[in-house]
Amino acid sequence: MTPGSSRPRADADPERPAPGNDDVGASGVALENIFKSYGGIQVLHGVTVQFHPGTVHGLIGENGAGKSTLMKILSGVERPNAGRILIDGQPVSIKSPADALQHQLSIISQELATVPARTVLENVFLGAWAQRAGFVRRAEDRRRFAELCERVGFTLDPEREVGTLTIAEQQQVEILRAVSRGSKVLIMDEPTAVLTDSETKALLDLVRRLAVSGVIVILVSHFLKEILAVSDTITVLRDGHHILTEPASDHTPETLVQAMVGRKVDTLFPPLPEVPPDAPIVFEARGLSRGTHVRGVDMTIRAGEIVGLAGLVGSGRSEFARLIFGADRPDAGEIWLDGKPLKPRSPAVAMRSGVAMVPESRKDQGLHLNQSIRDNITLANLDRSSTYGIRRPRAEKRLAAEATSRLDVRGANAAGQVWTLSGGNQQKVMFAKWLARRPRLLIIDEPTRGVDVGAKVEIHRLISELASSGIAVLLISSEIEEVLGLSHRVTVLRQGHVSATFNAAEANPEKVLAAAFADRKDLR
Amino acid sequence: MTSTATQTSTPPQQRRANRSQLVRDYGIIISIGVLVVLLSVSTDTFLTAGNLRNLVDQMAVVGILACGATLCIISGIFDLSMSAVLAVSAVVGVFATQSLGVGVGFAVAIAVGAALGALNGVVVTGIGVHSFIATLASGIVFRGIAVLLTGGAIVYPLAHQLVDFRILDYPVQPIGLTLASWLFLAVVAVTWLLLSRTTFGRGLYAVGGNAEAARLSGINVNRVRILAMTISGVCAALAGLVLASRGGSAQASLGTGLELTAIAATVVGGTSIMGGEGAIWRAGAGVLILQLFGNGFNLLGWDTTYQQVLTGSLILIAVSVDQVLRRKRR
Repeated sequence: MTPGSSRPRADADPERPAPGNDDVGASGVALENIFKSYGGIQVLHGVTVQFHPGTVHGLIGENGAGKSTLMKILSGVERPNAGRILIDGQPVSIKSPADALQHQLSIISQELATVPARTVLENVFLGAWAQRAGFVRRAEDRRRFAELCERVGFTLDPEREVGTLTIAEQQQVEILRAVSRGSKVLIMDEPTAVLTDSETKALLDLVRRLAVSGVIVILVSHFLKEILAVSDTITVLRDGHHILTEPASDHTPETLVQAMVGRKVDTLFPPLPEVPPDAPIVFEARGLSRGTHVRGVDMTIRAGEIVGLAGLVGSGRSEFARLIFGADRPDAGEIWLDGKPLKPRSPAVAMRSGVAMVPESRKDQGLHLNQSIRDNITLANLDRSSTYGIRRPRAEKRLAAEATSRLDVRGANAAGQVWTLSGGNQQKVMFAKWLARRPRLLIIDEPTRGVDVGAKVEIHRLISELASSGIAVLLISSEIEEVLGLSHRVTVLRQGHVSATFNAAEANPEKVLAAAFADRKDLR
Repeated sequence: MTSTATQTSTPPQQRRANRSQLVRDYGIIISIGVLVVLLSVSTDTFLTAGNLRNLVDQMAVVGILACGATLCIISGIFDLSMSAVLAVSAVVGVFATQSLGVGVGFAVAIAVGAALGALNGVVVTGIGVHSFIATLASGIVFRGIAVLLTGGAIVYPLAHQLVDFRILDYPVQPIGLTLASWLFLAVVAVTWLLLSRTTFGRGLYAVGGNAEAARLSGINVNRVRILAMTISGVCAALAGLVLASRGGSAQASLGTGLELTAIAATVVGGTSIMGGEGAIWRAGAGVLILQLFGNGFNLLGWDTTYQQVLTGSLILIAVSVDQVLRRKRR
């Protein structure tokens, strides 16, 4: 029951399997029945979790399980549609990060929130400098800083510019800031992802020490072994549902993976076309690398074949796709298309060779939301709807009409602005834009993100049809089911490397997830 | 399959979008109409052929600059060096006229404008300095070069060239507009066609609306922006020629501050300073509104200090409307 006897425990034992009961009178912080949706997509379905003082609480789940959203709600960045936050049994209203700070909730997110051009001292006491009549009292600040460092066990030079520190040290600055404000709750989102082994060890030691001093540390991490080593309690989320909150000592990495994957009520995937074994190889990557994101990735895709690319967010999936499409330049490696080497200096070059990419984000990369459906579709097809740089309106109309008729973009005329469409229809516009080019290789990054179930089914069917017509498809998705259900083969990336390749028939979510979750040695 | 639940017919969002677009369009046209009616009623000099011709002639310089500014702003960049480019082109144009004749002199001025504009474009896109700062700095450099070239003096074409040199200031039939006015109208026509009928125009909107999406659609973002700044430079040179031709001379301080008037006119017309939206007719409408103010104050004999207050307020109103319309879209 009680894990490692040396660990301090809160009086209430958090082992009860089904939270949702109303025992929130205890001290600590509780999230009660939190619901949240973005644009009609439900991301949290009534999540209830209780965090007890003096414990390290691990929070895990697949991509899109709702961890980050839950933490954003707790830290005031987002507001829930329904549900309560209770501190020591009292409901509190947290409408902004400032409110969260007032209630002594601090978050240290992956993107560090330091002011690089100012000193450590100023950053630690940012906005809370010791002052008298409006004048900053630096000596007082320095005294407080020394005290703080001693308490936490850091050795930082208060006069150093934060921008010159290592990432680990910058993280320490943020931790000091949180501690200096007397935070009762410290949320850390993937704190170790950017740290070396020894730095990680030091951080985890600190996390334990903070817990001993009575702080609640909520740790979000992809490193299951770390979570198991340092946490008292672990909560698993899946698809916005609370799955379990149990003592860490009851679990192993395998049981956690099991809980994260679970048994899902599946959307039915369309049958995939057979790929004849002698189908020509359309696309081949050899040792493709860029920085630390993509490291020596090999891949082949045959005509009519769908290759799924799985991996956690940040594993290098989208970065790999951008290399093929010419959006970024590789440091090393080769790309072959239809047996010819391809050196895409820009997307325009890749497009001319028959590569198309439906990017990850409609709003930032895929569409011009303030322009019409027709303009969005023709933008990637200007070469076919103009002569010597002069637009041919009739060709544009025909091209857009052809492209949309195939995809059944409902509820809009071609002259309507794209931002007024539903997510599903926007996604279809994006497909129409790229299919109008009749590509040889189609890269699809997150085909059904933020799309309702009906549109999802249609998009899945469309992808299968595209493969039947002989297009080579590279499918990237954070939804493991989608990758498995829609691909002939699945390649899993981890920290920029290919960590496993499966035939769809022999793969299952557990295998993919096990290959996707990181191992410390990958960082070397 | 399970696709019946999705919507049909024009969604309400679309209708609301159309409505706010109408507010923006009609707002400008109605203001122009109201101003015209007010001026026609309150003065008996406004609706005379002479005053109207005068009005168009006065619009020419800022109007030509505003066309260039509109292309830049739509593509998401600012050119604050326009008036300095104007001065350098005019000064070099006068020097070239002295040695090579009026025709060649004008051509050289335009070439200088194009070159300086392209230089701006290369600095902004190649090095990635924000266009606002880059052109602020290059404008100061260009203005300095103009001072160096002239030694601070006013420069004139040779005496026998003066008649030809002032050609842009002469009225031409049929309707007696000056050649400068016709030049303005020609610039409007050309930039209008560029913006609405060419793939380059599509590129401007795409780059200004969302540069990353434009790049991923195969648009060469840098080339589009360099070209926009080059055209902006050409417009500046043409405006410089109008001013020089009108005065029969050029000097280093020619047109100081006019780029801000041009940007103001562009914004008043309803082109969004955030990029990705706008039109050439809006530049024309904006310049017309500002000019009607000036003309009205002049004809009514009012204190022009109030004109400044009014103009400033108008810019603020235009930008606020843009902001509100954008917020609705969220």
